[in-house]
Amino acid sequence: MTSSEDTMPGLWQGFMAVIRRDLLLAWKRPGDILNPLFFFAMVCTLFPLAVGPSSEQLSISGPGIVWVAALLATLLSLNSLFLSDFEDGSLDQLILSPQPLPLLALGKTVAHWLSAGLPLVLVSPLVAVTFQMPGRTVGVMMLTLTFGTISLSLLGSIGAALTVGLHRGTALLSLLILPLAMPVLIFGARTVALAAANDAVSAGIYFLSAYCILALALAPFATAAALKISNE
Amino acid sequence: MWKFLHKLASPPHFYDLSAKIIPWFVVPGTILIVYGTIAGLFYAPPDYQQGDAFRIIYVHVPAAYLSMLAYTVMAVSAGIGLIWRIKLSHAVAAAAAPLGAWFTFLALITGSIWGRPMWGTWWEWGDPRLTSELIMLFLYFGYMALRAAIDDTTKADKASAVLALVGAVNIPIIHFSVEWWSSLHQGATIVRADGPAMPAEMLLPLLAMILGFSFIFGALLLGRVRSEVLFRERRSRWVKNLVLSSGEQG
Amino acid sequence: MEALAMGGYGAYVWSSFGLTLIVVIICVVQVKRRHQQVFSDIKTRLRAMETDQ
Repeated sequence: MTSSEDTMPGLWQGFMAVIRRDLLLAWKRPGDILNPLFFFAMVCTLFPLAVGPSSEQLSISGPGIVWVAALLATLLSLNSLFLSDFEDGSLDQLILSPQPLPLLALGKTVAHWLSAGLPLVLVSPLVAVTFQMPGRTVGVMMLTLTFGTISLSLLGSIGAALTVGLHRGTALLSLLILPLAMPVLIFGARTVALAAANDAVSAGIYFLSAYCILALALAPFATAAALKISNE
Repeated sequence: MWKFLHKLASPPHFYDLSAKIIPWFVVPGTILIVYGTIAGLFYAPPDYQQGDAFRIIYVHVPAAYLSMLAYTVMAVSAGIGLIWRIKLSHAVAAAAAPLGAWFTFLALITGSIWGRPMWGTWWEWGDPRLTSELIMLFLYFGYMALRAAIDDTTKADKASAVLALVGAVNIPIIHFSVEWWSSLHQGATIVRADGPAMPAEMLLPLLAMILGFSFIFGALLLGRVRSEVLFRERRSRWVKNLVLSSGEQG
Repeated sequence: MEALAMGGYGAYVWSSFGLTLIVVIICVVQVKRRHQQVFSDIKTRLRAMETDQ
């Protein structure tokens, strides 16, 4: 029989292997990382162009615009989360491997956040500056965006798993994810707006972190179930 | 009891049984709705604040209640179908979705119409119920879109079940978060749908409407599930016998 | 006709009730139509199969 060492063959190794592989793939295709970033920046410039440059208006709607742009950019990057694996058969391998599928799904989600969400958070101050966001607000914005993009990656992985390989998957993915992402959007944008008004932000941050943890605990299982279903 | 449920899950038995049950839902439902409508429109005293406009409550609240009941039915039956692999359960989930979407739409529209004279606006982003109800409509659309996008019925059943369950977890969160957001807006008016303690002449028609519409929803749901079952089992012997041995309708 | 006026809110109240009635009717019609459709589709297919034999 197996010794205690063999009972769960390399849980950590399997997890890290998935992350490493996805990050390597993303590194080789810089467009995968950069395109959503440019999209984020462009959407943030679209609003001032469309509604006029009144700086008062911009500083009021700045938090909301940044958040919506972050949401849309993340949606853009989610479509390909499982697509290439599905197409070349790696998804079969993933499902069949000894490590529990939720763990591996979480690994892919972590890799996605590292290549899509984290760059977004790091770039956000540059965009915030154009909306006249004061310093303290930028800090709050980055914190909320961190929790928010993690939640989005987690929710998005469920949607991506449900729609992988479907005709017109991207549009469907967005339709599925957006309603679920609304609490994140609401609290994220509102908390940044409160920060701009020098109000207390701790409540909003607590909610965002709680939502993030809930998603972290539940989403991998839903993603794993969806992957098995989609791969049949 | 188990034997009854087991039998019920068998499509041909369900098909026959449901045909007999439907009238038992339609008749009481219609009576209750007729009573509720007449009593609510003509006999309930006008509200001291809202006057006669409050009477919209008699259609708005049932619609909102049903929109949530339908989602619950959808999510629970999807979950049962997913865990215990009961095909009929999946059929119930599929049937509940469009009905739920219609009632959500109705709740939103009647709520908007009610809001116009009360709040002076057709829509109020600050109201938590409006916003969370709208998001629920999107969840219904997403569910139906996912089903439509997957050709294989079994796969569509399972995938949409996962989605329904994930959405179910989110609905209380959505409502809670929007309510919080609304209270952050200083000065947003929060309309209570059924006001402070209602006198009996106002309350009874409302209860009748809610119950009556629930019966009608049940009848509609059973009717839709019958069509679903018929379609899913179209290649089976019992369906062939049924269709060939009947006249125009089933 | 005081009933129709509904204290000035007549348009709102009656349109709400009217819409509700319409939606319920639509649902009933949809359910019935779908059933008929499925039924006749199956019948057609079965007849076609019979004539093939």
